[in-house]
Amino acid sequence: MPAGARKLVGKVRHGDRALAAATVGAAVIILGMLAIILLDVIVGGARTISWEFISQPPRKGMTEGGIFPAIFGTVALTLLMTIAAVPAGVATAIYLTEYASMQSRVARLVRVSVANLAGVPSIVFGLFGLGFFISTVGRGIDKVAYGGQSVYGRPCLIWSALTLAILTLPVVVVSTEEAILSVPRELREGSLAVGATRLQTIVRVVLPEALGGILTGTILAVSRGAGEVAPILFTGVAYYLPQLPTNLNDQFMNLGYHVYVLATQSPDVDRTKPLLYGTAFVLLVLTFLLNLIAIYIRSRSRKRSRASA
Amino acid sequence: MASQTTTRIRITRERSSRSLRRQGGLGERFIELAIRAVALVSIASILLILLFVGKEALPLITSGEVHREVTLGSMFAPIQTANDMAYVWQPVSETPKYNVLPLIVGSLKVTLVALVFAVPLSVGAAVYVSEYAGPRAREIVKPAIELLAGIPSVVVGFFALIVLASWVQKVFTTEHRLNSLVAGLGLSFAICPIVFSVSEDALRAVPRSYREAALAMGSTRAQTVLKVVLPAAAPGIAAAIVLGFGRAIGETMIVVIASGNAALLDFSLDRSARTITATIAQELGEVVVGSPHYSVLFALGAMLFLATFVVNFFGERIVHGMRRRLGTVS
Repeated sequence: MPAGARKLVGKVRHGDRALAAATVGAAVIILGMLAIILLDVIVGGARTISWEFISQPPRKGMTEGGIFPAIFGTVALTLLMTIAAVPAGVATAIYLTEYASMQSRVARLVRVSVANLAGVPSIVFGLFGLGFFISTVGRGIDKVAYGGQSVYGRPCLIWSALTLAILTLPVVVVSTEEAILSVPRELREGSLAVGATRLQTIVRVVLPEALGGILTGTILAVSRGAGEVAPILFTGVAYYLPQLPTNLNDQFMNLGYHVYVLATQSPDVDRTKPLLYGTAFVLLVLTFLLNLIAIYIRSRSRKRSRASA
Repeated sequence: MASQTTTRIRITRERSSRSLRRQGGLGERFIELAIRAVALVSIASILLILLFVGKEALPLITSGEVHREVTLGSMFAPIQTANDMAYVWQPVSETPKYNVLPLIVGSLKVTLVALVFAVPLSVGAAVYVSEYAGPRAREIVKPAIELLAGIPSVVVGFFALIVLASWVQKVFTTEHRLNSLVAGLGLSFAICPIVFSVSEDALRAVPRSYREAALAMGSTRAQTVLKVVLPAAAPGIAAAIVLGFGRAIGETMIVVIASGNAALLDFSLDRSARTITATIAQELGEVVVGSPHYSVLFALGAMLFLATFVVNFFGERIVHGMRRRLGTVS
């Protein structure tokens, strides 16, 4: 090989390696970001975590005690949200995949709406919850059923949950739709061929096959809902409540909001810092574990559908 | 496999015992109708959001009482002060000042910082995953990066406040601990996953034959990536950046915790900034319902909604257009 050509090959190889190294570097940096935030919160939070911290209410102006009411509030909120979001999301996905025809304008509009809903800033959901659920629906209920007394026309659990349900709807729809689409056509045809109706086919054949995807969507929605703060700021969350919420129209405490308030409005940062780390730790573990589970289920059901296809 | 078989058996049994009609009965029709109705919830939600956020902002245009304090025009016009013209956001003062320019600049500043950090990293990582990584590495790296999206933004904000702020102060010796740089860095955590995912999708949508043709003509791998694959995927990567922008401009909790929140018209990165989202988050809780301030905050929300709507619309369109061109419509 002439010297010039060899030089060229050398250069080319160099460029090749450099690009590969740069892209690996980029991936490593992003993974490093993930690792460092996890490590910091876990190491910082582990010192605070105790049975007392998880099971007791806060004491002494939030500088001592635990965060039990915030955990309770978060669980209650996401539970209510799930009850609203999952059936609606699954039904939407069933409509899109099983009932709507390919050219249906309505179906296209539904798809566009779902995509757009996923892009609406979370704080706008908060404004919407206040303007629609509280000021309009809640006040309306008060006027009709309670003689104008303020019962539902104020920030509370149910309005926060419904606001979050709309926010997480796209998560459920997308995940369920993907799962339903991966159910092989032959299964549907087989079911219809032996005389099952469309609904029977959906309920007994398609949905059981798509269960993994529905579960993934549900878990991701729960994880997302548990971590969101902006939509509940004006629709029901409270910083401190002496009692746990027992009614749909009670206010509630929330882990994410607790982190926000401790981080921004603490009069004595050094004394609240352990509590802050502890709360962030609990919130992170909760949402992160849910995400890991979702990824696990998804990869398993994908592998299975690949194996059976 | 087993569950499929039992399902089939069950259906067969059903058929012999109950109904032979393929068309369902009244109950089935009702359930189908219910499913179709529920599917409309997402359309209704988008419309209701637009309607009700707009409705609370409307007095800004229609109400004479609000106009005595602020109009849509005065939100963008400079305010005459004793010796100067100024752009000031001071809604709670003797004469409330509602100039939104400082907030818009604040939002753009923080978003830009986030994009500058997140885009090269995310696109680089996407190139790695789609072009270089083996199937093993791919299956670990991809979900791991997407896991970053699973961290609640309030936790990222907290991390930015406690850790990133200290680093930035040490490295750049900034005067103010909380500033646009810290908030932007925090934001980049939130937008890396979306920019990565969309870019990676775009790269993977480039047909294999493009790469094979380039390699067959003697290109190196780097040349193939830089001159063939990336140009072909460019619209998709542009869409990823656009979608990342939309996500960043609408993000609330990270910036409200880490930006410092001073509403000054200021273009430097080492000073405190206040974004549109943070303004809504901080002020709406303390404002009288129906007051001019209340309407202005809803107007900010409506602006934000429309901005992200447009951004996302174009982002999605670019992605679809590219897929159609490459013949990989999914």
